[in-house]
Amino acid sequence: MRIVIIGNSATAVGAIESIREHDQGAEIMVISEEGPMIYSRPMLSHYLAGEIDRSRLAYRPADFYTRHHVALITDDPVVAIEPAAHQVTTSTGKVIAYDRLLISTGGQPIVPPVPGLDLEGVFTFTRQRDATRLARYLEGQGEQRAVVVGGGMIGIKATDALIKRGVQVTMVELAPAILAAALDDTASAMIKRLLEGHGVSVRTENTVTEIRGDGDGRVSTALLKDGTLVDCEAVVFGIGVRPNAGLASAAGLQVNRGVCVDEYMRTSDPDIYAAGDVAEAYDLVVDMNRTVAIWPNAYRQGAIAGAHMVGVSRPDPGGVAMNTVEVMGVPAMSIGNGNAPEEGHDILAQIDERAVTYKRLVMRDGRLIGAILVGEIDRAGIYTGLIRNKIDVGQHRQRLLEGHVSLLSLPEQYRKHVVQGAGIEV
Amino acid sequence: MKRIVIHEEHCIGCRLCEVHCLVQHSKSHDIIKAYRRERTELMPRLIVEESGPVSFALQCRQCDEPACLEACISGAMHRDERTGAVVCDESKCVGCWMCIMVCPAGAIRQNTLGTRIASKCDLCYGADVPACVAHCPNGALTYEEVLERNGGEA
Repeated sequence: MRIVIIGNSATAVGAIESIREHDQGAEIMVISEEGPMIYSRPMLSHYLAGEIDRSRLAYRPADFYTRHHVALITDDPVVAIEPAAHQVTTSTGKVIAYDRLLISTGGQPIVPPVPGLDLEGVFTFTRQRDATRLARYLEGQGEQRAVVVGGGMIGIKATDALIKRGVQVTMVELAPAILAAALDDTASAMIKRLLEGHGVSVRTENTVTEIRGDGDGRVSTALLKDGTLVDCEAVVFGIGVRPNAGLASAAGLQVNRGVCVDEYMRTSDPDIYAAGDVAEAYDLVVDMNRTVAIWPNAYRQGAIAGAHMVGVSRPDPGGVAMNTVEVMGVPAMSIGNGNAPEEGHDILAQIDERAVTYKRLVMRDGRLIGAILVGEIDRAGIYTGLIRNKIDVGQHRQRLLEGHVSLLSLPEQYRKHVVQGAGIEV
Repeated sequence: MKRIVIHEEHCIGCRLCEVHCLVQHSKSHDIIKAYRRERTELMPRLIVEESGPVSFALQCRQCDEPACLEACISGAMHRDERTGAVVCDESKCVGCWMCIMVCPAGAIRQNTLGTRIASKCDLCYGADVPACVAHCPNGALTYEEVLERNGGEA
């Protein structure tokens, strides 16, 4: 049997490791539009900040593919999938047959169509080559000023890296608050103050409407929606990604925003799977399928797809939207539905403005469905576990908020379960 | 695989497990030198939970499908090929705290004393008996063959 995987990031690695755990014989081929290095996209901000060198971007060792007996085609994107013929075609004309196909094409950065995108000094921030180009470009500049478009996770990560490099950053965000998709107003304001404390100018309800160049075709000014002109050497688009689902749509697979999949990551064609940022998989907090472009989901969904391709049925329990960002050493986490409105929810919150710590726990029907943590993030996974397992925390609610959360803050039966696993008593 | 089993009814909260964990992971392996000279970059890889009369020492539960492993963005968190234990390669870790965000037991901690790393139990890298178990005076920790442990996935 031959398994073909399109893309070589977290989803592909999850699939390969899972396939090889169950099956040594299946033939595996990875086709990627990027180079052979399996690198970590979320670490690009650490790389841009100069905290790690290029070699440490590697998510798996260089011999990963040979050790897992995987054939590799790189720098050659798949341009067509033919489900009836069970084959894919690459940009150089290679035609490759498959028995099972995994589409893990991820997402592509969102770039609004504004004048000046072709100028030197305009960047996105999702691929290694983007980050490398941006770092090299900045090294060649005397004065370093950048406009970061997007005040979400990617925009914040890019901004944090840029200010660590000494770049003067102006951040523009269309929404009234930064990180609005993940944080509530209080946490968002804390992060905004932190950014401003490090010299970042945060412009909300604003965006770049035009990028202007100097005589040599380099970025010199960004024109904002409110009419302001910002002098800068670089414009970085960190708005987010949209599912790279074009191949799947063209092949006639069912696609909404992302590729529709079942609990085994199967698409509408039983021999084709989709997983990771491109897939619309089950989110157990909102109780519906949706795209959530985060690393843990990508890896897990890849592993579930890989197992199922070789006959091991491990249904996906579902994902929880979550992310963590850090601004100059202060961490912030959003888990599940942490920014749910007060109406219809039971909310516990605790803030210490001076220490820059904040905790917001969101409950519905006695169950935790979300958490936001700023500053103090120790043992945050205890909250994630309660959310994932839909544990009734009714009588323990206050203990989850006060002081440091511990396993002793939890209902006893659940604590014993976490400590010793199923069926074993403490 | 062999896993650490907690017997909370025997724990008296003496914290000798913490002391010996720290010594075991020091360069000197000497209790005085470890505490006097190496303490600046060392912290115990276990957590003593304590509330009123109840206490127990908590280490990484060694889940069958570890959430930390799927969440790790650097590839630092991995299964040791020799021992099968989930361990963190501290030379790869960048301290992003994704593992801390997903560990249902809260068994991973931030170590920011030196370079930022996620600090967790490594079962003393293939030792016959991990240091915390060996030095528990009351049998509150044992090291046993445990077939399955699903780490809070109910």
